Amino acid sequence: MDTLLNFLSDHIELVYIVILSIFLGIEVIGRVPSVLHTPLMSGANAIHGVVIIGAIIVMGKAESDNYAALILGFLAVILGTLNVVGGFMVTDRMLEMFKGKKDRK
Amino acid sequence: MAYSLLHLAYLIGSITFIVGLKMLSHPASARKGNLIAAAGMAIAIFGTIFLYEDTSDIHADGHLRNYAWIFSGLAIGCVVGVLAAKKVKMTAMPEMVSLFNGMGGACAMLISIVEFNHLLGPVSFTISLNDTIGWSNNANNLLQSLQHLINGVSPANAAGKLVIIMLGMLIGTVSFTGSVIAWGKLNGRIKDASFKGQHIINLSLLGLLLVLVIYAVAAYYKMVDMSSSSTNPQLVIRLLFYSVLVLSALYGILFVMPIGGADMPVVISLLNSFTGVAAAFGGFLYDNPVMLTGGILVGSAGTILTILMCKAMNRSLKNVLIGSFGGGAAASNGGAS
Repeated sequence: MDTLLNFLSDHIELVYIVILSIFLGIEVIGRVPSVLHTPLMSGANAIHGVVIIGAIIVMGKAESDNYAALILGFLAVILGTLNVVGGFMVTDRMLEMFKGKKDRK
Repeated sequence: MAYSLLHLAYLIGSITFIVGLKMLSHPASARKGNLIAAAGMAIAIFGTIFLYEDTSDIHADGHLRNYAWIFSGLAIGCVVGVLAAKKVKMTAMPEMVSLFNGMGGACAMLISIVEFNHLLGPVSFTISLNDTIGWSNNANNLLQSLQHLINGVSPANAAGKLVIIMLGMLIGTVSFTGSVIAWGKLNGRIKDASFKGQHIINLSLLGLLLVLVIYAVAAYYKMVDMSSSSTNPQLVIRLLFYSVLVLSALYGILFVMPIGGADMPVVISLLNSFTGVAAAFGGFLYDNPVMLTGGILVGSAGTILTILMCKAMNRSLKNVLIGSFGGGAAASNGGAS
């Protein structure tokens, strides 16, 4: 119990960020029209690609003789970049198509 | 100076994610919102590459190394990502999103694996000590505990770190394999498959995963706390860690396998929010605010979006997730709702 409380108080700022972000996330997209569901999903998909920052840190910290870490980190950077770049591009293409449809009507 | 600039970059990144999501939920501003979030992401990424400093790293000056690796990884990812996103047919976009989502999950999984090995220390180190000097395991443990003390890590904090690593890996892996299965289903390469009692197996698998995580963390806590009775705690923890890896991969497959093709967008949205949570665990691991806010935002917004998508299809989330397990279950669920 004591250790748990200590852990909580050591990271209390992060805990606050988590709680506030949860409510923010709910509020921000609360009234999205259903046509935007898929682009929003795709956009959110690109945003969680922020995990690539972790991959960059892993890669940058790896000792140059630690091949396992180097290779795994390298793969992680590639996959994370794919997530970010691909995610934003696909979302943009979706929204472009969406706009075109509306103009024709 | 550089470090405070990095914090500014992370602040800008977090704000653009919030603004971007907000704008994405209105038809008129959606496209602009996407671009704003992308710009914020670029600022956060390049800020990390050039400005990151690890103040706790005692071996080097704390700056990142291996720039060649980082930039070639970024280049490969960019080229493949742009090509894939440009070439994909309009009708195939949801499956592309699913695949990219899986990549994010795999990225979180790989980070956790590297950080886990970093946390336990290299294998060869302990083995060579045992072999050459013939130290007892107790002495070996003592040495490790000393190492932790030098690094300023208390047992509780070290165990907390392992919790974060293991949960991040678990969720990332489930999201990875689940998204790949979802991609295959939308592609038509993978058919729906379910067997009787699959939801019971899934639930017990999930329970087993949680038990294994708790067990591994407890073993690690004992090891750091120098009170381990096990003969080789490191081996046990490694074994537990990799079995969690394999089982969560299996869970991701079993989780998506029985769900019908028409419900796939809902499942992809759910897996999307899973990856968000996995990214947030990465934020905890590195004390990184932009990963934390970005991940949690996607986690909560994705969950709400999943529920909204279900409502738009006139179904409940429960219905989508367990309604398709076997014909009988589907019928009774349909009747209930």
